[in-house]
Amino acid sequence: MSALAPHFSYWVTLFLMVAGLYILIARGNLVKKLIGLAVLQSSVYLLYIAPGKLLGGTAPIVAAGFSTYSNPLPHVLILTAIVVGVATLALGLAITVRIREAYGSIEEDEILERDRAEGR
Amino acid sequence: MIVALCLLLPVAAAAWLALCHRRPNLREAVSLAAAAGLFACVASLSGEVLRGGRPALVLGEIFPGLPVAFVLEPLGLMFALIASGLWFVSIVYSIGYLRGNGERHQTRFFACFALAIAAAIGVAFAGNLLTLYLFYEALTLVTWPLVTHHGDDAARRGGRVYLGLLVASSMLFLLPAMAITWWLGGTLDFTPGGILGGKVSGGAAAGLVALYAFGIGKAALMPLHRWLPAAMVAPTPVSALLHAVAVVKAGVFSIVKVVVYVFGLDFEPAAFAWLPWVAGFTILAASVVALRADNLKRRLAYSTVSQLSYVVLAAALLAPLSIVGAALHIAAHAVGKITLFFAAGAVYTAARKTLVSELDGLGRRMPWTFAAFGIGALSMIGLPPAAGFVSKWFMVSGAIEAQHWMALAVIAASTLLNAGYFLPIVYRAFFRPAGGEMHGEAPWTMVAALVFTAALTVAMFFWADLPLALARSLA
Amino acid sequence: MLEHLPALQVVLPLVAAPLIVLARSTRFAWLATTVVSYACLVCAALLASRVADGGAISYALGNWPPPWGIEYRVDALSAFVLVAVSLTASFVAPYAQRSIAAEIEPDRQYLMYAMYCLCLAGLLGMAITGDAFNLFVFLEISSLASYVLIALGRRRQALFAAYQYMLLGTVGATFYVIGVGLLYLVTGTLNFADLAERLRMVQDLRPVLAALAFITVGMGLKFALFPLHQWLPNAYAFAPSMATAFLAATATKVSVYVLLRYYFTVFDPAALFERLPTREIFLLLSVAAMVVASLAAVYQRDVKRLFAWSSVAQVGYITLGIGLENQAGLTGSITHLLNHGVTKGAIFLLLGGVALRAGAGAVTMETLAGLGRRMPLTALGLVVAGLSLIGLPGTAGFVTKWYLIVGALERGAWWVVAAIAASSLIAVAYVWRVVEAAYLREAPAPAAARREAPAGMLAAGLAMAGLCVYFGFFTSINVEGAHAAAALLLRGAQ
Repeated sequence: MSALAPHFSYWVTLFLMVAGLYILIARGNLVKKLIGLAVLQSSVYLLYIAPGKLLGGTAPIVAAGFSTYSNPLPHVLILTAIVVGVATLALGLAITVRIREAYGSIEEDEILERDRAEGR
Repeated sequence: MIVALCLLLPVAAAAWLALCHRRPNLREAVSLAAAAGLFACVASLSGEVLRGGRPALVLGEIFPGLPVAFVLEPLGLMFALIASGLWFVSIVYSIGYLRGNGERHQTRFFACFALAIAAAIGVAFAGNLLTLYLFYEALTLVTWPLVTHHGDDAARRGGRVYLGLLVASSMLFLLPAMAITWWLGGTLDFTPGGILGGKVSGGAAAGLVALYAFGIGKAALMPLHRWLPAAMVAPTPVSALLHAVAVVKAGVFSIVKVVVYVFGLDFEPAAFAWLPWVAGFTILAASVVALRADNLKRRLAYSTVSQLSYVVLAAALLAPLSIVGAALHIAAHAVGKITLFFAAGAVYTAARKTLVSELDGLGRRMPWTFAAFGIGALSMIGLPPAAGFVSKWFMVSGAIEAQHWMALAVIAASTLLNAGYFLPIVYRAFFRPAGGEMHGEAPWTMVAALVFTAALTVAMFFWADLPLALARSLA
Repeated sequence: MLEHLPALQVVLPLVAAPLIVLARSTRFAWLATTVVSYACLVCAALLASRVADGGAISYALGNWPPPWGIEYRVDALSAFVLVAVSLTASFVAPYAQRSIAAEIEPDRQYLMYAMYCLCLAGLLGMAITGDAFNLFVFLEISSLASYVLIALGRRRQALFAAYQYMLLGTVGATFYVIGVGLLYLVTGTLNFADLAERLRMVQDLRPVLAALAFITVGMGLKFALFPLHQWLPNAYAFAPSMATAFLAATATKVSVYVLLRYYFTVFDPAALFERLPTREIFLLLSVAAMVVASLAAVYQRDVKRLFAWSSVAQVGYITLGIGLENQAGLTGSITHLLNHGVTKGAIFLLLGGVALRAGAGAVTMETLAGLGRRMPLTALGLVVAGLSLIGLPGTAGFVTKWYLIVGALERGAWWVVAAIAASSLIAVAYVWRVVEAAYLREAPAPAAARREAPAGMLAAGLAMAGLCVYFGFFTSINVEGAHAAAALLLRGAQ
């Protein structure tokens, strides 16, 4: 148990990372794959932010009486990463909609089957 | 300056005659003028080279320390003289052949011919291994359209074997050999006395020799010889010039050049000890195949494989006399073999015969053609009054000088084999009755060309001064 | 003005993109794209010459000093990559006009130009930035733009190819950012120069090794390192011609540059190559890529996919230099960034011309039949570029091969020499399939009329093919630049 507690955030990060990858690989539905991707990306957010909180640190706004501040840089970085993640998700979903229009399905194996049938 | 002209002239000719596509006579005239001009330019340089001068032309460096450089030396000059001189003759012959057989794509033919000669001149004048390799590969590429001229399935297959073997051998073996030479010797310039002396020995040296010998696939050492018979799908003028003169000569020329200027004649003989055996095997095996081949061009092709290995054998002996013999044989074989191929093409054009068994009695219908064939055969066998005798004399002397009895035995045995597959053709042509319909000689341009080269073969026996002087200054 | 060149290099295309979207006019879009591409080339050339004269240039964005602010740093290596990318862009941009007009719906064409500008901005930014996270931002800018570029292809397979590329590419970028995160946790900085200093002390800690692994795999997905290459053949085969030409020539190259930057500048090369089996891993993977991908290319029917597989093999050449880790090897790698860029760029530009004349559908061997008669100049350009791909002397490809072989000899790695020769041989096989189809097969009757590609497209393709030969003889730009860059990288290894 002692191995878990101080590194709790890392364990969660690890779980999210692996779970996200698994969903991405194992699921055939295009939207579900995107969900896996989103879960993977959220593990990254946690990886950056959790260590940014310093023990005994306060919010990173200069105030009298405080000497330890939590690190604001990870938050900035992750905001950027979240924006990138949102853009990727939006693009992924847009492509999925177009795939649905073109193929009539968003299941990976059905799409591949339809391509094979067309004799590409 | 003249060196640059020698290189540019055939290229410019190729471009110009491509423009003359619609006016065949003008196109042919351009070809002939370019060939004559090229021969004149090359000949004008011979005086300086014989006096010991080495005209050079250095273009920019591709890699630091590795320029594209041209340096004329006697062997290169000889090759250039042969290539340019026989180009002129081949054009005359080709005009007759292409028109007599109604071949298509004549402009492409003459243009690629010109480019091939340009590449051959580049090989001849190369001052370092990089330049040699550059033009060597260019030669392969530029002759591919000539080999696949007919455009049918057979041509495509032949072209694949041709290109595949030549490019494979140069890429797998010659390029690494060059890189290793650069890494060991620090330079790729052709230097009298060699650049690898003392830098590599023992098994590694033998390995390097092997890389060069098999990497220069145009010398047709077995087992990399298959491209030569495969290239016989090409029209006969292509076989004549390229596979009797330009392509194969570029191969053996490169081998002699590497032996003399990269390894040097004082190089450790043990590294070369295995090469005469491979060359000897090639000579005998190819002769045996030639003996049994009924298709005339196939017989000539294997004869070429065999004759090329004479040069390799002589070069591998590292004896000064045999090097002279090797260099001379480059010239002697060129004029002799081109005569034989010209004759084969004339027979095809006039009588539509391709097999040896069909040649009965044709000698009396085509006396000039078969007389020339006879002279070419004499040169291959190595009998006077043909040029082949002179080169063979030096090769035998070199073998004795080097006390290499195996080489001597191989030369003797193959002389007999050569007689075995050439003399019967001459006999059949003149002394057996002819069958089939009556016909005469081939078109006059073809006959003129082959008579001229036959005369050259004889002339080289009587007036061997120039080739001898050039060859002698090598060793 | 001149001291802001590093910022201008990225800002010009970055600002052009929204302007194009606002203007909504295809004409303006093409004009802006072309002007911006040439401007980027001028910028890159100026930066390269200043670096060659005076050493590395450091530029603080917004005047915030590094390591707190984001630094743009131009040294010999990044200058080389900048020139390579903008050179390709300046050929593709004029080409794009007819190509996009033929392949994209009219009301979407300006969007394609906008995406192209964004992609260009992203790639240039990746090459010029000196900050690890800033690199991720530019990486994602260029990647997202390239996903869109690919998805705009005519056939519906383009959509799925773009989707797959997007999944794998985002995973790659995510891995990269995980690696950067681990590095940040250990050192507290994101600036490359600063990271390099602090990592010297903590090189052997496990998080650093983990970061190395994540960054390698992440970027490996981006540049299609074997066996992470699965997305590439489909993406290149189905994308619009102009997108394929641009991406094939640049995207993978810049990702390899990132790896070079990390391996030699950020991480300690001595530790990386002596204490870890980095050389062996890269040699093995490179040789596998070179041989396997070339073999795969031989059996393709779709010509664009054939050359896409060829690209996977050529990336193997680039990473081979990392495995050799000597001056000659790295020079070969870095010069191949440019050499392969012009070679593959020329091939895909010319194939785009063929596709335009052939109508909708894939470019197969049948489409190429009789090309020598129908489109002689295009066929000639393809042959020349194909020779450069094989690496025959007198072409840019030979320059690369020579350095890689010499580098391998210096390492005593004979099997690598054999592998380089063997893969060149396999390249002969697939290039010659194209040549035979073009020259030895008759075109099917209805398509037999002689009609070259439109002049703009043809000129761009032939000019790039000409560059393949030019860089084979006049090596001052590609070899000297690469030489300087390699020397710079290896100095860090001392």
